[in-house]
Amino acid sequence: MEPGYITGYMETPAGTIPGISTTWSIGDRMSTIRVRWSVGRMKYRVSPGIYAVGSPDPSSPVFVTANFKLTFDHVRRALADMNAWLLVLDTRGINVWCAAGKGTFSTKEITRMVNLTGLEKLVTHHKIIVPQLGAVGVSAHEVRKQTGFSVIYGPVRAADIPAFMAGGLKSSEKMRRVTFPLWERLKLIPVELANGGYYLLLVPAMFLILSGLYRWGYSTGLAFSDGLKAIVNLCTAYLAGSALTPALLPWIPFRRFSLKGLTMGWLTAILLFIIHFLGTTPVSIISWLLMIGGLSSFTAMTFTGTSTFTSLSGVQKEMKTALPVQIGMTALGVAGWLLSKFIYL
Amino acid sequence: MNGFIYLSNVTTLALDREKCNGCRMCVVVCPHEVFAIENRKATIIRKDQCMECGACALNCSENAITVKSGVGCVTGIINGLLRGTEPTCDCGGGECC
Repeated sequence: MEPGYITGYMETPAGTIPGISTTWSIGDRMSTIRVRWSVGRMKYRVSPGIYAVGSPDPSSPVFVTANFKLTFDHVRRALADMNAWLLVLDTRGINVWCAAGKGTFSTKEITRMVNLTGLEKLVTHHKIIVPQLGAVGVSAHEVRKQTGFSVIYGPVRAADIPAFMAGGLKSSEKMRRVTFPLWERLKLIPVELANGGYYLLLVPAMFLILSGLYRWGYSTGLAFSDGLKAIVNLCTAYLAGSALTPALLPWIPFRRFSLKGLTMGWLTAILLFIIHFLGTTPVSIISWLLMIGGLSSFTAMTFTGTSTFTSLSGVQKEMKTALPVQIGMTALGVAGWLLSKFIYL
Repeated sequence: MNGFIYLSNVTTLALDREKCNGCRMCVVVCPHEVFAIENRKATIIRKDQCMECGACALNCSENAITVKSGVGCVTGIINGLLRGTEPTCDCGGGECC
């Protein structure tokens, strides 16, 4: 079945080209919400190729983008009221920046698609507008050498395309800068939460079962009462690391994500302590602090990959000390927690 | 904003000003305004903001910029360690970023 964003077809010297809508249908909106929760995110793709926006002619600008549909949707919406060509590369359903990092949004892929679509038959100018973040995988001078097309880097955000066009194909400093505002961080939290995958069921189930252990054998009642508390503690630590830390990121002291996560984990642990969810004995309380700290610190640290400003060298440096500590804390915490079920210290 | 700066003195970014032709490409592609042009040549003005994405080096026609680029991602680095490869954000076909 033909995708809903295709509104018609136009005949050109380079063949029949689908025309696309610049507005989002209810279906587009619903699937945007769905992929924001990571459901079917890897299969959310557009067919690579060239598309027509409005009624483009040989002098119309050519925009290059990735074939992740969320990306494609933002670009076509930004092209409203414009006549343009949209060249969609095959990035295997990945956004521009990540695909450029992986090498699928690349000099090679641009060259392949320019040739495949017969772009030189479609436009008389020799310019293509490539999103700035694509520069991680695209070498402008190489593209020119291989295709004859000059790369002009467009703004980071698709929404700035009209301003970029009005400015004579120039991005202002602000349009070139990657930021990470609260709203963008909040939009990423659902994917962060889904990152745990099946561990999100496995680990709580294990704690539920183990909670029934005590000095004189096994108690199902204990499994439910203590198990429930254990699950609440674990979920709190997970939320502290993968939701609270991303949301409050720039305002939490420390530059290391592991320390930001540890801070949030222990802050929330204070609440759990007050309502006696950490247990009543010193061994049990310390064990939970270790487990909560280890878990929130690690999950917060994985947010480096989602964030927009961490470097490989920096993350490697952070991990070298943080990862052994996190593993040690968690292991010690689990051991102490099990011990606390048998001895009352 | 200061809340968005990662660790200091770690980046592998280096610029050979001798080779620079002042084309401004590094200024254009850098997402964190690490470069500026002074006296018709590029210069590094915000080194600690570099995230080693590699866009500047790849787009420098004079090869004046070097950086060991890669993903600043814990999951990617762990993937690399487990598979004995360089850090990679290629999660092997499954859910990915």
